[in-house]
Amino acid sequence: MIIRKTELTELTMKKNEKLGVLNIDSNLYKTRISSRFANRKPYKLIDPHMILSFIPGTVLDILVKPGQRVRKGDSLMLLDSMKMQNKLKSTMDGKVKTILVKKGDRVSKGMVLIEVE
Amino acid sequence: MAINKKIKELQEKREKMLLGGGEQAIEKQKALGKRTARERIMALLDTNSFIEYDLFVEHEARDFDMAKKSLPSDGVIIGSGTIYGAPVAIFAQDFTVAGGSLGRMHSRKITKIMDHALMMRIPLIGINDSGGARIQEGVNSLAGYGEIFFRNTISSGVIPQISVILGPCAGGAVYSPALTDFVFVVDNISKMFITGPEVIKTVLGEEISMEELGGARVHSEITGNAHFFASTEEECFDQIKKLITFIPWNNGQKAKAFEPGEPKREYNIEKIVPDDPTLPYDVKDVIRSIVDNSDFFEVMELYAKNIVIGFGRMGGRTTGFVANQPLEMAGVLDVDSSDKAARFIRYCDAFNIPIITLVDVPGYLPGVDQEHAGVIRHGAKVLYAYSEATVPKLTVIIRKAYGGGYIAMSSRHLRADFVFAWPSAEIAVMGPEGAANIIFRKEILSSEDPDGTRRKKVAEYKEKFANPYVAAARGFVDAVIEPSETRRFLMHSLNASENKTVQMPEKKHGLPPL
Repeated sequence: MIIRKTELTELTMKKNEKLGVLNIDSNLYKTRISSRFANRKPYKLIDPHMILSFIPGTVLDILVKPGQRVRKGDSLMLLDSMKMQNKLKSTMDGKVKTILVKKGDRVSKGMVLIEVE
Repeated sequence: MAINKKIKELQEKREKMLLGGGEQAIEKQKALGKRTARERIMALLDTNSFIEYDLFVEHEARDFDMAKKSLPSDGVIIGSGTIYGAPVAIFAQDFTVAGGSLGRMHSRKITKIMDHALMMRIPLIGINDSGGARIQEGVNSLAGYGEIFFRNTISSGVIPQISVILGPCAGGAVYSPALTDFVFVVDNISKMFITGPEVIKTVLGEEISMEELGGARVHSEITGNAHFFASTEEECFDQIKKLITFIPWNNGQKAKAFEPGEPKREYNIEKIVPDDPTLPYDVKDVIRSIVDNSDFFEVMELYAKNIVIGFGRMGGRTTGFVANQPLEMAGVLDVDSSDKAARFIRYCDAFNIPIITLVDVPGYLPGVDQEHAGVIRHGAKVLYAYSEATVPKLTVIIRKAYGGGYIAMSSRHLRADFVFAWPSAEIAVMGPEGAANIIFRKEILSSEDPDGTRRKKVAEYKEKFANPYVAAARGFVDAVIEPSETRRFLMHSLNASENKTVQMPEKKHGLPPL
């Protein structure tokens, strides 16, 4: 698409600035796309098999072993964070498949710590 | 004569105090590219206008050997002066004295000048440059912060409050600026955060520099905590001075009127906006083609650029502008732009500044992140702010005014006083593409040439509804005007609403969707 730039907009826009396209209600607008919008994280469905750290912290203790049967709500791990011991609970009934961290590991928020099958 | 001796004694005492934390500390401050607290006050206020209070205040702390320590003026300078002849109360934390740390007397000096500003109904300027609470003074220091926050809140909407961050401002201290009207920051000098990089590293293992965590750019572009960004302290002071010219001394007054001036010819209002509503332009050029001398003073220039806010003058009188910016994110409304606009509308309303709204909005930004970030709650702030505002509200619909965006952007239905539309205006429930897809869905799908039918239906919809006349026929638009008539219509309406009076139902306060 060739943009008929108006006199003044031309001054504002950097030379040969490439504009993006934003779709609002099926209308396609030529415009600058903010880096925040361009870099936004796509939404991911929550997978109950993956036990994630809901808070950053340090692994204090692991309460289960691979192969062990667990029920939804069972405590799997203790996470030391914000001067508190936080229990990490299973989000489903099943069997511990893999434990991806060990005692003393420092974990960031949203990291997969345990897989349940 | 005895009095001469006493005067000499006073001069000596003063001189000692005026040196603050001493030459070494001053050198350190300068090495960081920072001025001393007193230099800052002198640079900001009119020459020879500053009068200092509480120069001889001393701290009363006794624990941790504090009794032996002398902290000149307890690390903060307070007083009053003028900016372009307008009176202002001011405090400036002195980083050269115990790192500008806030103890009991330090905070008492600040609250003293705050009380003074409120009582005298004059603007308050606070220059923040402090390491935080004076740990040796324990809970007395916390009490001091609380007393400041309380006064910030009580003074809010009564006197203008301006915060200038010229150094660290960390922990609880950040909440004073956050409660004030305008926050000024300077690149590489300002640092604001609740918990600093060290704590974040120890507790969470995340590594980040002070600048990346809470530098001037971060607060201007990402958090929206800051309203004005400058590269140097000098530029920052010029911005403050300019702001002072646009705002009144208090909520009982109007901003001082200036000599009216015509917009500059280079801003030709007829040559700015492309006809095709999907093409961008810079809405600031439209504002500059309307305001006196084309002088538009933008607020929060770097944050949520899809909406533009700021001050200009119409016939010499201060006017607030709110405008969708088609050049950035097509000018959509979203969480951040709603927040930005709503707060500015409330500022204008609190300080008797009429609001001109320029509308070119395609709607709200779609997306999970927006919905989950609370675009309902934040978007509602705009509706609330416009509905609640009793200052004159003037609206010009330039091109698109679709759906909820049309209602939110100071529509007749939220009691805008005057609504004008350009012939290029499209006031409709949604854009032609989307509308045709819904209304003629069956026809399009069952057609042998769906694309052709869609195009035909879109054109039909455009012809019938994408114009200002359907709304004008209902009286939702007061007049359809030529672009070149915009300034004349707005000036006329501002004159007509000079004595606008609104009776609102009595209440303690409303519940804006904060």
